[in-house]
Amino acid sequence: MSMSTNNNKAPVSEEHLAYLKKVRRYKLSIRITQIAVLIVFIVLWEVAASLGWIDAFITSQPSRIVKTIISLAREGELFRHVSITMLETIIGFTVGTILGTLIAIILWWSDFLAKVADPYLVVLNALPKIALGPIIIVWVGAGPVSIVVMALLISIVVTVIGVLNGFLEVNPDKIKLLKTFGATKTQVLSKVILPASIPTIISALKINVGMSWVGVIVGEFLVSRAGLGYLAVYGGQVFKLDLVMTSVMILAVAAALMYQGVAWLEKKYLRWRQ
Amino acid sequence: MSKQGIVSLEGVCMNYQDLEGETPALKNIDLEVQEGEFIGIVGPSGCGKSTILSLIAGLIKPCSGQVKIEGKEVEGPSSKVGYMLQQDHLFEWRTILQNVMLGLEIQKKANEENKKKVMKLLDTYGLGDFKNHYPRQLSGGMRQRVALIRTLAVDPKILLLDEPFSALDYQTRLALSDEVADIIKKEKKTALLVTHDISEAISMCNRVIVLSKRPGVIKSSHDIHLSGEKRNPVSLRKAPEFREYFNIIWEELDVHVN
Repeated sequence: MSMSTNNNKAPVSEEHLAYLKKVRRYKLSIRITQIAVLIVFIVLWEVAASLGWIDAFITSQPSRIVKTIISLAREGELFRHVSITMLETIIGFTVGTILGTLIAIILWWSDFLAKVADPYLVVLNALPKIALGPIIIVWVGAGPVSIVVMALLISIVVTVIGVLNGFLEVNPDKIKLLKTFGATKTQVLSKVILPASIPTIISALKINVGMSWVGVIVGEFLVSRAGLGYLAVYGGQVFKLDLVMTSVMILAVAAALMYQGVAWLEKKYLRWRQ
Repeated sequence: MSKQGIVSLEGVCMNYQDLEGETPALKNIDLEVQEGEFIGIVGPSGCGKSTILSLIAGLIKPCSGQVKIEGKEVEGPSSKVGYMLQQDHLFEWRTILQNVMLGLEIQKKANEENKKKVMKLLDTYGLGDFKNHYPRQLSGGMRQRVALIRTLAVDPKILLLDEPFSALDYQTRLALSDEVADIIKKEKKTALLVTHDISEAISMCNRVIVLSKRPGVIKSSHDIHLSGEKRNPVSLRKAPEFREYFNIIWEELDVHVN
């Protein structure tokens, strides 16, 4: 019986070293090109605006964005807007995921409830949740809470559907195995359904990061007096494209960071997969 | 069959229900298994071989008749019975040791003493060095051995083997059937093996039961006596009686390929 562990590899040959070098060089060239694309884009934008090829009043320009960021930072506004939006997103995202997973557990537990809920989930999933914005504002009030509710609504249905499907895809023989040991339903849930579904739950998390940002920004468009979404809308209203571009840029960075955070979680908890 | 066996099925019938209708799986099965016996169940596919194991394991209830273990009617899964499935179904997120402890955890017997016992089992059967490995690092044969130890860990008296080698390649299969027969003998277990491989059944078991096409009834039962010095399944396949048994059972199976 052969073992496929890493500790019985042959000593490294010349050929293998050459292969490794080739792979490394290929990866490096990808990374360099990625960075180059970004730099070229920024430089081109800057130069085009400076030389008047494009109207910087409408398109803004990298140096102006930097200036806007600095002046916002000096006034202490930058941190305030970013942190409010981040906080709303994180709350919406966390609550959406936890609540969604809990509902999925309930629906897994009772096949009857799952079947009853099915058409409603389909409709809720297809419905553009943004249309519920006015209702939420009336019910919850025009404030940060309704923004969080917006983010939550957008992410929760997808979570329920995604996680429940993950639960139902667990191999029935794995459940049979537990039952032969005399496992209760709670044990089936905790020993196999949940751990086997962690990859599904994490991919739900990844989708939810994006969903929650959409919810929060839309919410801020509608009601808020602070946050990056507010900044963008305000900038548009007073025709300060610098402000709009700045908030979009910060948003891009913040969303990417949060996605990386989830990816880090995935790496940490799915060590057995590597 | 005078004395009551460790497992007994009396007039067991089993039907499966679905929207299209009723599928009779087993009809009037009478079977006594004595302690220490190794019984092979062969039959055409879909004849209810696995259903017999599910009934003994207490996963399903017979429509009529009785299934008894040590004279007591089976009410549900019990720790007296260990079940080994076709696939190893090791949990990828658990290490080998954690996988083997699974049954003990479920039965709330995961104490230090049992952990030591399990470690000893792993050591005895050549898996001691892989305690902290993850399943994906092991070969198919090793994984199935881990699955056997996971079943043995809860110390069942009766082992139910549901085509446990069918997912393996031929060489691994032969080697592993040798090993499993050896382990079961050493641990003094009673075993029922469901298989579609006649040779496997003859070489491993001391009694082979042939089931008919659906609904399965017991067609015949053969006590297997093979001569030979080495008592392992691979060498026993060379015994002169082996071919005879094979031919008889093959005839009875009445396999037609259209």
